[in-house]
Amino acid sequence: MSATADTHGHDDHDVHHHKETFVTKYIFSQDHKMIAKQYLITGTIMGVIGVLMSIMFRMQIAWPEQPNVLFEALLGKWAPDGVMDADIYLALVTIHGTIMVFFVLTAGLSGTFSNLLIPLQIGARDMASGFLNMVSYWLFFLSSVIMILSLFVEAGPAAAGWTVYPPLSALPMAQGGSGMGMTLWLVSMAIFIASSLLGSLNYIVTVINLRTKGMSMTRLPLTIWAFFVTAIIGVVSFPVLLSAALLLIMDRSFGTSFFLSDIFIQGEVLHYQGGSPVLFEHLFWFLGHPEVYIVLLPALGITSEIIATNSRKPIFGYRAMVASILAIAFLSTIVWGHHMFVSGMNPFLGSVFTFTTLLIAIPSAVKSFNYITTLWKGNLQMNPAMLFSIGLVSTFITGGLTGIILGDSALDINVHDTYFVIAHFHLVMGISALYGMFAGIYHWFPKMFGRMLNKNLGYLHFWVTAICAYGVFFPMHFIGMAGLPRRYYTNSNFPLFDDLTNANVVITLFAIVGGIFQLVFLYNFFSSIFFGKKAPQNPWRSNTLEWTAPVKHMHGNWPGAIPHVYRWSYDYSKPGHDEDFVPQNVPMKEGEEELHH
Amino acid sequence: MTALLTIIIILFVAIAMWQMVKIFDLAQVGSSNSQIADDNDNRLNGYLMMGFLIFIYAITIASFWYLGDLPLMSNAASEHGVEIDNLMIISMVIIFIVQTITQFLLHYFAFKYKGEKGRTALFYADNNFLEAIWTVIPVIVLAGLIIYGLFTWNDIMNVSEDDDPLVIELYAQQFNWKARYGGADNVLGQANVRLIDLDRANILGVAEDDPNAQDDIIVTELHLPKGKQVLFKMRSQDVLHSAYMPHFRAQMNCVPGMVTQFGFTPTITTAEMRDNPDMVAKVQNINEIRTEASKSLMANGEEALEPYVFDYLLICNKICGKSHYNMQMKIIVEEQEEYDAWMKEQKTFANSLN
Repeated sequence: MSATADTHGHDDHDVHHHKETFVTKYIFSQDHKMIAKQYLITGTIMGVIGVLMSIMFRMQIAWPEQPNVLFEALLGKWAPDGVMDADIYLALVTIHGTIMVFFVLTAGLSGTFSNLLIPLQIGARDMASGFLNMVSYWLFFLSSVIMILSLFVEAGPAAAGWTVYPPLSALPMAQGGSGMGMTLWLVSMAIFIASSLLGSLNYIVTVINLRTKGMSMTRLPLTIWAFFVTAIIGVVSFPVLLSAALLLIMDRSFGTSFFLSDIFIQGEVLHYQGGSPVLFEHLFWFLGHPEVYIVLLPALGITSEIIATNSRKPIFGYRAMVASILAIAFLSTIVWGHHMFVSGMNPFLGSVFTFTTLLIAIPSAVKSFNYITTLWKGNLQMNPAMLFSIGLVSTFITGGLTGIILGDSALDINVHDTYFVIAHFHLVMGISALYGMFAGIYHWFPKMFGRMLNKNLGYLHFWVTAICAYGVFFPMHFIGMAGLPRRYYTNSNFPLFDDLTNANVVITLFAIVGGIFQLVFLYNFFSSIFFGKKAPQNPWRSNTLEWTAPVKHMHGNWPGAIPHVYRWSYDYSKPGHDEDFVPQNVPMKEGEEELHH
Repeated sequence: MTALLTIIIILFVAIAMWQMVKIFDLAQVGSSNSQIADDNDNRLNGYLMMGFLIFIYAITIASFWYLGDLPLMSNAASEHGVEIDNLMIISMVIIFIVQTITQFLLHYFAFKYKGEKGRTALFYADNNFLEAIWTVIPVIVLAGLIIYGLFTWNDIMNVSEDDDPLVIELYAQQFNWKARYGGADNVLGQANVRLIDLDRANILGVAEDDPNAQDDIIVTELHLPKGKQVLFKMRSQDVLHSAYMPHFRAQMNCVPGMVTQFGFTPTITTAEMRDNPDMVAKVQNINEIRTEASKSLMANGEEALEPYVFDYLLICNKICGKSHYNMQMKIIVEEQEEYDAWMKEQKTFANSLN
């Protein structure tokens, strides 16, 4: 429990010696707290773009091929007379997916909170390597800029779906977006992966080496467990996507045939021979499925912390929660084939992947029930962060349950690539992770900016978002079961689906309202940075170490010695104490037991 | 019109939001608002949690009511489709029960245990027995579903040439489908995109010197005899496509460079399906919607929509480019005699070359 005392060698290292300039403090900062804020702001901007795109293509689905001022204003030549073009529809879908999955819910969520919380909650002065951390952010920034630039390419941005399956993504003659737009997409993603790897390695090293005295692995807050395991999954799987991207670049630009074979397009036979698109699918989903948990686990970690704090109760089943994080992480790397049941893969492999996939339901069920039991007989403080955390458990259950259908190869045959899939993954990973991110922002805003967010605006934000999220994604399950394929520019060529028209309009209205109400959050966020009420040191009366650090940020986090840790972080309402919380740096009373061991 | 409507909605929501922001601001004047939830907030949000539970149930019921007459969920038109539907219904029932109970517990606890000053929460960190229960129950339920699912999957996927199925090639290209029958010998001739010769109208790249290829028949409308097992061999010439036949619970990707396959036995002819009461009701409903839509079209001087008549369809379900949304082929299931008669009228490959 203690090989970590070395950190204290730095106790007297005084950071005020070197003077901080504007550039080193706000731009090329190596301080994890500033880098966290940079990730958050960049992720927020990307999120606004991603959501705006989704509102535009939802409008096209609801009112197909109708002129729309929004399109005319934003899409320019891609919306002649205000009517959205079919190519740009696919591009919007593609870039929306890419931005939301990678730039918002991976970098924006994990980048923000891993950076902010790992050093503060384990009792470290900073990340193991502040320099690599800075490089990681700026690579992310660069990849974001390239991704945004790709929107302005002459022939259009990447439009092969966020999964960029070749040959569609490999052949410029198959689709306008597969030219320069796809090149920039691949370059952007390659840089993004480099950024993600640097970040993840840093998180792993920091958690292993820099824990303060007494902070054993079994006393780590679940947030840190989640970030730690997420980083490990990232290191295991992101390089595989990098190799897939590099091989695709080779096929596109240097004439190799890794993923291409026997292609006749636009009147000519191409030279490619011997490659297979199915190989790309394997490589893509070897990251793509763990990616779901790279997005989701940090949100679940954040939720564990917030639900315990605001229930004024220990998280129920700490060891089971850690075990289920580890189980999910392990299983997540051996289930990727469930995205490929009808890809032409050997049906026997399909059987294996069905088996491993459905197993994930077990740790997921354990987590859900443990959250619910944590609420039981609590004293629930309904702060906005708590509402978003409860909301997360709700959407995690609703969205997770339909995974039982999609993970079952026999059932997947008929709902594969329909709106049923869209409904499933948006609820279980999109909305859930987004709720986790919002919960984290509402909870740690005081830590980040020293001011409080307005709670009433938070309530308004949560309730409208919660209703709209269900309003958008719940009916989609049924549209999918009726057989409607995803990524259709319009359904008007299929009278078969005409009875779904009204449902699509309702969904789009929910999406528009839900999207617009995010402005409440943005207003609250940006105005509170400057005008919010000053935050007390420990507003939520929480046990974790970050609340022992002064409100005003300082390099090195604590002015004096780093606090030592004597207990886990979940001693809420523990009998024998005056207050309903006992911070981790409070020594055990005589005869007090550490109950969870 | 839509544009105007959109602007109005956006304006309306913006104004509503502005007003609410104002109200919240006013409400905060003079109060010692710490931005941390107090008992009033706990109470209000606790009640809203119960309200939200009702909303979840309501939207579930509404979805079943308006979208739940899933003609694609029942009335499978293939032999294995019935098995899939049974498994689907069992899974849905389990999901529905779990969803109803867990959402109730979650939101009810959030309401019941809303915070009050002076109350102390129960210090309750662990209970191995409880956790064992909610580990073991999912294990048992999932074991059942996995076993049932795998048996179904194996039944569906194990179609082989030994059962003497009717072999048909489905050929995908941006953005249409072709089908090739083996002809009298029921054997498909060799083919490769490198053999495509547009000048000779050899559009599928069938080997012209392959004896098996001579009697192959290439069509743009798929006809299937009722009750006869069909084995589809899928090819694509350019990008990934997916041959999705929702009424038959059938789907398989078409992959350039390899041949994929999927087999099923159609059990209901197109004519029979058109007379199915569920389908009659669905078609009637769709035609009412189309008549309504036609009115506004005609008011704008455009053509009215044609009335809808049911047909089975093969549709593309893997993003394949600009016109992905309109890549379809009609499927006609008919009695053996009708099928034979249709087949007789088709040109063989040898006769179709220029």
